Order: sequence, then structure tokens, then C-alpha cells
Amino acid sequence: MIRLEKRPQPSRAWTVATPLLAVALTMVAGGLMFALLGKDPVVAIRTIFWDPLFHEQFASYSRPQLLVKAGPLILIAIGLSLGFRAGIWNIGAEGQYIMGALAGAGVALALYPLDAWFLFPLMVVAGALGGWAWAMIPAILKTRFRTNEILVSLLLVYVAEQVLASMALGLMKNPEGGGFPGSRNLQHYPAAANTELIAGTGMHWGVAAAFIAVIAVYVLLTRHILGFQIRLAGQSPRAARFAGVNPNALVVICLGLSGALAGLAGLFEVAGPGGRINIGFNQGYGFTAIIVAFLGRLHPVGILLAGLLMALTYIGGELAQFMLGIPSAAIQAFQGMLLFFLLGVDVLSNYHIRLGRRRAA
Amino acid sequence: MTALLTVEGLTKAYPGVIANDHVGFDIAQGEVHALLGENGAGKSTLVKMIYGLVQPDAGRMTLRGKPYVPASPSAARKAGVAMVFQHFSLFDALSVAENIALGMETPPPMRRLAARIREVSETYGLPLTPDRLVGGLSAGERQRVEIIRCLLQDPRLLIMDEPTSVLTPQEVAILFATLRKLAAEGTAILYISHKLEEIRTLCDRATILRRGRVVESCNPREKSAAQLAEMMVGTKLTAPSRAGGNPGGVVLEVSGLSLPSANPFGTSLRDISFSVRAGEILGIGGVAGNGQDELLDALSGEAAVTPGAVRLRGRPIGALGPGPRRRVAVLAAPEERLGHAAAPDMSLTENAMLTAAIREGLAARGFLKWPAAKAFAEKVIAAFDVRTPGPGNAARSLSGGNLQKFVIGREVLQRPEVLVVNQPTWGVDASAAAAIRQSLLDLAASGTAVIVISQDLDELMEISDRFAALNEGRLSPPRPAQGLTLEEIGLMLGGAHDMEVAHVAE
Ligand SMILES: Nc1ncnc2c1ncn2[C@@H]1O[C@H](COP(=O)(O)OP(=O)(O)OP(=O)(O)O)[C@@H](O)[C@H]1O
Ligand SMILES: [Mg+2]
Repeated sequence: MIRLEKRPQPSRAWTVATPLLAVALTMVAGGLMFALLGKDPVVAIRTIFWDPLFHEQFASYSRPQLLVKAGPLILIAIGLSLGFRAGIWNIGAEGQYIMGALAGAGVALALYPLDAWFLFPLMVVAGALGGWAWAMIPAILKTRFRTNEILVSLLLVYVAEQVLASMALGLMKNPEGGGFPGSRNLQHYPAAANTELIAGTGMHWGVAAAFIAVIAVYVLLTRHILGFQIRLAGQSPRAARFAGVNPNALVVICLGLSGALAGLAGLFEVAGPGGRINIGFNQGYGFTAIIVAFLGRLHPVGILLAGLLMALTYIGGELAQFMLGIPSAAIQAFQGMLLFFLLGVDVLSNYHIRLGRRRAA
Repeated sequence: MTALLTVEGLTKAYPGVIANDHVGFDIAQGEVHALLGENGAGKSTLVKMIYGLVQPDAGRMTLRGKPYVPASPSAARKAGVAMVFQHFSLFDALSVAENIALGMETPPPMRRLAARIREVSETYGLPLTPDRLVGGLSAGERQRVEIIRCLLQDPRLLIMDEPTSVLTPQEVAILFATLRKLAAEGTAILYISHKLEEIRTLCDRATILRRGRVVESCNPREKSAAQLAEMMVGTKLTAPSRAGGNPGGVVLEVSGLSLPSANPFGTSLRDISFSVRAGEILGIGGVAGNGQDELLDALSGEAAVTPGAVRLRGRPIGALGPGPRRRVAVLAAPEERLGHAAAPDMSLTENAMLTAAIREGLAARGFLKWPAAKAFAEKVIAAFDVRTPGPGNAARSLSGGNLQKFVIGREVLQRPEVLVVNQPTWGVDASAAAAIRQSLLDLAASGTAVIVISQDLDELMEISDRFAALNEGRLSPPRPAQGLTLEEIGLMLGGAHDMEVAHVAE
């Protein structure tokens, strides 16, 4: 018989070890799934986790992709983790990401072909504001009318997608694009382009921003009163009120910060790797970032590692689709397993597992 | 008498403490057995092991001659062991019968269950209506729900961990009559309490724990309360003494304070007025649930009220939140220590930061000074004799009384001008309670205006200069505590509450 006994304090060792265990379990279960699909599991796992970084032929292309994909994931997840710690559930980062991209690109397209040093910084500000404003909708509805921020933020993703489509087909359509949907390519507009900072690494301003966010949030959570209040509100709401935390202010701050960071991620994407506003420009980064946040245990360093890992499974997954013909649904199931096992083994850090009916005699 | 339960060499260690160190004792059938000990002596840990909630590291238990190894509370219940916890686990929005059904493995149909509840409640003199909502019940009535839930399982051993700390004297009388009847029928009762007079009237035998070990076993009727306390602590007790200085000018003035309750089962405050002078202790008595929590919220700033309803030296502070009130030295310690006064999963250092950041200068321009917070937590631990391996331990790992000492000490050491405490010695052992009362007296002697909200009339009479009673959200005009007779206090309390006389079928 297996029994669970609550630990007086969460175990440090297990908190670190459970993500690793979850990755291992995912490899086993995923390998089994690939085997059932008639693929060699060892080759499939190697293609996903190893080849993107070290394959002699593909690595030169896929290695920079690691940072390109991880950058937005980390940037968004870091913002989300603040709210998640406080018990404020922003599920709509995808929408804030779109609105940030639209606002930032909108500035560039409106001023085209202005060639000024301040254009890119202006876009960055606009991107953050776009995401922030979109997140303020659930924040204000929650603080004023006690609506559920999960629902509102999620539904606003679909609204944002509609806005994106209409922009791509209308206002922001490239006048020189021969009638095709989609805006001008900002990559070809030097003053607005988010270029690679170090050639061949995939490092762009968005990745730099993600690293800065990781450090800033780490300091915030461990050294700053706001971070303390966020943790307190999540663990013990009544004690937080006794400590003087204003719950409404916290909702506005957490949703606002996560929205702004998601908006930034969108801006860096549209001005960089994405290049243009178009239908389907958002690729689910906002949703995947939720997984990344939890995979990283809402801890900044954990999120950094989780973002890199998740990016790896994306790139590796594409590679596996391309090389081994594994269906994309199977890749998604594989990524889902990762979250499933993570939450499953989470029990270990809060509980002792006792085997057998009796130990002490 | 044959032993019902025998415990031998039971040992349980937690990181940094041995909560139980080779504990051995036995309980006979039909015996009311007291478990005594200071805060953190290991009483709760011991009964949790008997109830299968905590697994011992070593040791052996025998129930009715057979080895007894409860792997879980439900195994313990099957073996005939039941337990009433100090903190009730009931749902406010469900009825009495529904709550009881939730705790049963195989609940009978509602109609049958309601009939059983009536039957048991009549047999044992525990008045209770099965279809009432739990949210509207007093603490004593809630406890009856828990007891009846236990009695429906027909237990051989009933464990009660500090059952009377939230009851009125009348409710205690009812409870004792019930327990005596149960014992007469052969049920053994294991009883934990810090109220020594109660133990002397109720219990046949007492086992005394000190720092995890059994130090003595005696018949409590043959000892005085002071003797029992000394056996627990191992040293002589000193009663709190007061300096008896003259109070200064009015510091805090509350006038026409009304506050609708935030929760549907709470009590609204109605037109409360009083004032407290520097160096004075105002005692506010009354049965829990008559607006105590709401009054504390209004004074701590958690609930904002009209600015003029609360004034500090004439300055309106009613609209200020908890932070700004701390800045002007109005401090508070709420009753519920886990989850209100302290965050259970945070360390004592973090819990020190929780209320002391402003006054102790633990933050500069928003950045936290953790070493200073740790030093302050250590100061509280040392000054109030909090038993814990260190400030890095989570609040929930402390025993109830030790956390209470920490919570009170944290506010007392912040040099308040006004200190409001609710149930300051709730679940605290006799010597620690004396220490806490002494610290409140000392604080008043140094010029602080102190408001003590408590259900314990003896405590209030011991330390207050003036006394007022809170009843259904109204406060009686305060009167000098000295010379107040029991009848006068009864009249002030309104007398409306639970004066029904226990009726036990003999
Ligand atoms: N889950 C736990 N983790 C770590 N230490 C614990 C835990 N539970 C209890 N302890 C420690 O074990 C000791 C005994 O605690 P216990 O709760 O049994 O005391 P108690 O006698 O019931 O005290 P009180 O009268 O204050 O309720 C204390 O030092 C306490 O800090
Ligand atoms: Mg206890």
C-alpha cells in the first residue's frame, strides 16, 4: 500500500529533482508512444532532444532557433509567474502578445519610411503598452465587477485574433504586397528591425529582454516588498490583507506586468523573426508559456531552463516530423506529457511517500 | 481495571526536535485521562499518532490486547478511536446533518441520519438541530457537531485536543456532563487542555509531558492547579503582577463605529463607542462570534470605516489601511494565528517581515533587509521563549501555543502606542499565558494603550483596568474592572447567550 504524508515544509531536494524526474518520465512514456506509432523510440527521442543542438547537418540552422523560440516563451512566462504566484490567473497572454505586436508594428508602419534612431525604442514602448492595455481589461473587470479573470483573459485571445486578421487584411496590409494579406516585412525596414545582436546565435533584443526579466523578477521576488506581497497573497490571502496588501492593486499590477511582458514578446517577434503582421502570426507562445511557467515551478531560474527545454522540444519536434514523419499531434501529446508528469510528481515535494502498511515497530 | 489502550516507547522526531521521546502510558476503559504539558511538549503529536494521522518513528501501541497500528484516521475510526480537533473542519454552507454525513464512510439516508442525530443528541444532552446551517452556529454548537459525528461511530476511545478553549462556561458545563456520561458507559476519554481547573474537576488521571517525555502521572484531584503547572514546567510559577500606575490621556477614541459584516455568517458592529488611555488595559469580554473578529478588523485597518469613527489622539484614522496604521503605531494581533496573523508556509523570518517591515525598518525604498528581519524574529523568539529550532522554520511547524507567543511578541516588541489583541492566550499553557499577560501589563506600564479582546473572564479580570462586554455587535459602556462582581459581568454580557441549562438524561 502507498500512503502520502504531508511534509511540514516542502522538500528542497525534491523541488529541484521533480522537473528532472518529469523529463525522464516523459522520455519513457513518449518513447512508448513513438514505438506504438511504429517509430524507433531511441531515434525519436534523440532527434527531439539531441539533434537540434548537435546534429552535424542541421545544428547550424536549428541551434540559433533555440534562443529565438525560447526568448518569447521565457519573457511571457516570467510575467505570468508573478500573477500565478499571487493566485491571479492570466490565461490570455496569447492575446496580449498579439496586441503588443500590433501596437509596435503599428507605430513602425504609421511612420514608414521614417529613418530615425528613436523608432525602435518607440516601438518597444508601444508594444509593452499594447499588451498592458489588453491585460487591463480583465484586471478592471475583476476589480470592479468581480468577474473571473481566467475567462475574460482567455476570451480576449479570440477577440485579439480577430483584430489581427482584420489588420492583416485591412489597415496594415502592405500596399506594395500585390493584394496579398499581411503587412510590410519589418525585417526589411532597418530602423524598425529587431536584428540579431550576435550573428549566428539567434540572440536578438527580445532574448536580451527575457534574460533581463529573469534577473529582475528574481530580485523582485527575493528582495523586494512587492515580490513578498505577491508570494504572501498567493499563500495566505487573509494574512496578506492583515499585512496591508491591497488585493485589487495586486490584480492590476500582476495582470499589467504580465500583459506588458507578453506585449514586448509580441513586438520583438514581429520586428524580428516573424517579420510581418499576418493571419496566424501568433503561434501559441502565450499558451505554451503557461506550461513553461509551471514547468519552471514559477521560479525565474526554473523558467529560464524550462523555456530552453520547451524550445528544444519544439525545434526537435519539427525535426522529428520532418525526418521521421512523426505526426504533429504526437509531438503535441509529447509536450502535454511533460506538463502532466510535472504536476504528477509534484506531490513528491509536498508529501512523503510511505510504502507498506507499517514501518515503525 | 484493564487497560484499553497501552502505549509503549512511542517516538516521533521532527527536524530539530524530538516531539515524543519514548512515551509510554495507558488508558483504562471508562477513564477520563488528561494529557498535560507546556506548549510544544508533544501532546498533539502523541494523539495524532494514536489517531493514525502521524506515523511514529518507533514504539508500540496495544488496543484491547491486540497490536494497534493505525495507518490512517479511517483505520483508527474502524478500531473505535475517535478524535475531536481543536480546529473544526465543518462547511458553513451545509447543514448539521450534511456535515456529519460528509465525515462518514457510508452515510445512511438523510432521514435516518437526522433521526440518529436527534437520538444521540438527546441521550447525551447535546442540543442540536440536524437541519440548521453550520454557518449560523456558535463555537460550542459546532463542537457538538464534531462530537456527535464521533459518537455516531460508537467509539471506545474519544480524544479531545483542547476542546474548551473556544467555549463559554455554560457550554463547558454541558460538555462535561456529556463526557461524564460517556465515561460512565465505558468510553475512555483522552483529554488535552491547558485549563487546569477543568482538568481537576473532570479527569481521573493525568499524564504529564515535558519536552516530549513523560515526567509524571498523578491524580489531578489530589493536586492544586499550581502544583500541576509546576509539574509541567519543572519550576515555580509567578503570577503576573501589575505596577498600578496612573493612566495618562486618551490615546484611542472610538465613537459611533458601525461596520456591516463582510461575511454572511459574521456579526455586524453597531454603534460602538469607547476610549482607551495611555497606560491602560481595556478588557473586552463576550462569547466568540459576537463581533470580536470584526472589531479587530476595524481597529487593525483591515476593514476601513468612516474616518472619524476611530481617532488616535484626536486624529481620524478610520480610513487608514493596516500599513498606515502601523506607521502611526496602532498594532494588532488577530485571534486566528494560522492564516491570519501568520502565513503557515512561510518561515518565522518572513512572518516577522509580515507586520514589522514598517516599524522595525526592515525595508528601505521597497527593498527588504532579510538579515534584519531574521534578527528581529530571533529577538521575538528569545524574548517570548518561543520553542523552535530557529527562525527559518515554517510557522505551521510550531506548536499552537508557541506560534501564539511569536505572534504576540512580534507586536509587543514593535513599541506600539495602541495594541489590540484578540484571544491572546488561546491554547497557550499556564506559564506562557502568565508570561504573555505579564508582557501586556508591562507594555501598559510603559504607556501603551492596550485593548484585550478575550472570552476568558478570569484573564480579563486579572489584567484589565476597565471592562466592557461585546454582545451581538454592541459594546456595553466600559466600567472599572476592580470590584466588578460576577453578576454584574453576567448582566453586562447580556445573558442572552447559551444560558440554557444542560439537560442530561440520567
Ligand atoms: N509537522 C511538524 N513539523 C515539524 N515540527 C513539528 C511538527 N509538528 C509538531 N512539531 C514540533 O513538535 C513539538 C511538539 O509539538 P506539539 O504540537 O505536539 O505540541 P503540543 O504539546 O500540542 O503544544 P501546544 O500546547 O502548544 O499545542 C514542537 O516543538 C513542534 O514545533
Ligand atoms: Mg497542541
